Amino acid sequence: MLYFANWKILVILGVCALGVLFSLPNVFTPAQLGFLPQQVPHKQVSLGLDLRGGSYLLLEVDFAAAQKERLNTLVDNVRNGLRDAHLGYTGLAVDNNTIVFTLREPDKADEAKKALGTIDPDLIVDIKPDGTGTMKFNDVAANARREQAVAQSIEIIRRRVDETGTKEPSIQSQGSDRILVQLPGIDNPEHVKQLLGRTAKLTFQLVDASVTLDDARRGRLPPGDEILNAQESSGRNSGAPAYVVKKRVMVGGDTLTDAQATFQNNEPVVSFRFDSAGAKRFGDATRANVGKPFAIVLDNKVISAPVIREAILGGSGIISGSFTVQSASDLALLLRAGALPAPITILEERTVGPDLGADSIHAGAVSCIVAVILVVVFMVLFYGLFGIFADVALFFNLCLMLATLSVLGATLTLPGIAGIALTLGMAVDANVLIYERIREELRSGRSMLSSLDAGFTRAFGTILDSHVTTLVAGLLLYWLGSGPVKGFAVTLSIGVLTSLFSAILVTRLIIVTWVRRWKPKEIPL
Amino acid sequence: MRPLIVIRRTPTIDFMRWHKFGMAFSGVLAVVSIGLFLAIGLNYGIDFKGGTLIEARVTGGPADLAAMRAKLDALHIGEASLQNFGDKSEVLIRLPQQPGGDAEQQKAIELARKALGGGIDYRRVEVVGPTVGSELIRAGVLATVLALAAIMIYIWFRFEWQFGVGATISTIHDVVTTIGLFAIFRLDFDLTTLAAILTIAGYSINDTVVIYDRIRETMRKQRTMPFRELINLALNETLSRTILTVSTVALAVLSLLIFGGEVLRGFSIAMLWGVVVGTYSSLFIAAPILYYIQPNRRAIQRESGGAAPERASR
Repeated sequence: MLYFANWKILVILGVCALGVLFSLPNVFTPAQLGFLPQQVPHKQVSLGLDLRGGSYLLLEVDFAAAQKERLNTLVDNVRNGLRDAHLGYTGLAVDNNTIVFTLREPDKADEAKKALGTIDPDLIVDIKPDGTGTMKFNDVAANARREQAVAQSIEIIRRRVDETGTKEPSIQSQGSDRILVQLPGIDNPEHVKQLLGRTAKLTFQLVDASVTLDDARRGRLPPGDEILNAQESSGRNSGAPAYVVKKRVMVGGDTLTDAQATFQNNEPVVSFRFDSAGAKRFGDATRANVGKPFAIVLDNKVISAPVIREAILGGSGIISGSFTVQSASDLALLLRAGALPAPITILEERTVGPDLGADSIHAGAVSCIVAVILVVVFMVLFYGLFGIFADVALFFNLCLMLATLSVLGATLTLPGIAGIALTLGMAVDANVLIYERIREELRSGRSMLSSLDAGFTRAFGTILDSHVTTLVAGLLLYWLGSGPVKGFAVTLSIGVLTSLFSAILVTRLIIVTWVRRWKPKEIPL
Repeated sequence: MRPLIVIRRTPTIDFMRWHKFGMAFSGVLAVVSIGLFLAIGLNYGIDFKGGTLIEARVTGGPADLAAMRAKLDALHIGEASLQNFGDKSEVLIRLPQQPGGDAEQQKAIELARKALGGGIDYRRVEVVGPTVGSELIRAGVLATVLALAAIMIYIWFRFEWQFGVGATISTIHDVVTTIGLFAIFRLDFDLTTLAAILTIAGYSINDTVVIYDRIRETMRKQRTMPFRELINLALNETLSRTILTVSTVALAVLSLLIFGGEVLRGFSIAMLWGVVVGTYSSLFIAAPILYYIQPNRRAIQRESGGAAPERASR
């Protein structure tokens, strides 16, 4: 018992010193931290959104919708392919994630396969003997595309969020098709949510003037055309409610290099510039169609449909269409950031205003301090000097917890603070077990030293068991929990580990030092 | 410096005398809890059933709940529930889950914000869509079951199977009665409550393990003592520890309950109950169960075999 190898003492003291050093930055304000010398650690515990205020958004990339849209565009290719090969078919459509059709002559399956095989290498063409054919993407290609869509969405969301000026946003993927967006300091996420929810796919398409809207609606829609609704405008200069436009895209928004909100004739408009490829295609298309109208389409809605007066060769242009200042700058922002590869849905939102966060920090701090004071006093009442020893160990335990949280960059949430308060109570349990054991051994007539020794040795097994069971619960919570629960699991698990160290090793070192230095005649228990 | 308060003598309380009463009481409590859970169910928070929760503060003056309710009812987005929260100017608004998928939830909250108008400070807004809600339920149940199973397996390894059975029964008792408490008082059952329940399971096992450890040790020492007395002895020897630990943890939880604010209230209530019931169940359920399924004393004595009680310390 009295023997403590020198290296062990050094390690224990070292760990305690590091704990104090690394937990120290947390007592300073960020401003004060700036004055500290470079050599000392600066990392503070990062506070969760429930404490600092902010918005937590869980988004889902609707990959199925994107895939369906892609299949819809491929249906035209299938139609052309079958027609070119002179193969009759019925019932060509997209069903779930499959293109389905039925060949009129089932024995021409091989020819059909050949004709359709060139459309897209990722499509698997399958034709049954009865002539029913299906085409779907193979799993490898679909998964690769899904990953790509998520990665691309994250990139675009980041750009959009950055443009809004949010500080320190965190955007990360979660699971196969989820994106977790955390925006500290935002208390009204409505605007951000509006920006994130829009796909912002911009296209320029020719208006088909050969058919009137009414005729097209009555079923005389020329092949290769589609009817697109006009964007709900604020009333003024609203044109037709919908337009018949050619499906073929003249130029897409992906060729834009810049977009800015400006004014033209005192009206907010969005000016844009193409890259060289886009400029050339736009120039060619406008030159060939002078005098005809073309539609500027955003997310399948026509913003406006101006008539081409002359070939637009400069590679830049202006979108006008009853914008407000806000909507023009939003559109410019979205065009700069790029279109999302797939629509996005918000699955979960948790927003905490800054003053509630501050209130929570206050409540958490007060309850922790009160808990510490109560426990400290309690231990001294019941164990006297040894209670003070336990309190010293408790102090180092707190430092180590804070230090570990700071160094790991773990996030402290309000339930996390509850976890700290709880581990305080549990940490002294280890001391209680040891002290009670020492008392018993003393009562059974053992010598002072052997009682101390037996107290630590025998209590150890029990302490280990009780800590492991709590740790199991903590780790499972961390694994399966989300958001606030994870924060609780983190502090609980870290607290269990640090209290194992402080209650057993630190307390023992203190007691051993006390015995050696003061050579007491009896134990004050 | 000597302690001011000391339990001088090992008490000689006849715990076993009360065990039948305790078991019957707990049995009734557990059955009532399960009955309540099945009959009236839990008051699930939005984490589990989806929907929207808004904590709002009306700037300048008390909130007019009736007027706010009327505004929300006019939107036809389901029955909104409003209640005062904290002081008079704060309102907790709950909107039910909107039919039609995740996107609809967002529309509802936008409508609600517009209808309520200005002069309101939104302190907290939580929206949980149907997709996530059902996932959270699954993960929560899974976490509880896995945690219990993992803890049991650990006990199984460290002790004989009889101890495992006793610990399982007493822990399930604690979890079930906590759920009963939440059912009868209609307390919000959400993710933090679930965390509290898992912690209760951990704490309850922790407490049981300490007592079982002592029972096993006493079995080794007292080769001939009747089992009934043996359990009593072990419980009495650990009683002062039990009281002290319950008190410290309860003190910490109590300060959370009093000072931790509204957000932690459910968590603190669950924890406080769990600490009390966890201690009670260790004394009056976990320990007496061993009386009925007695662990093999010879095996335990043999196992400790040559190892003298005073092993040299490390």
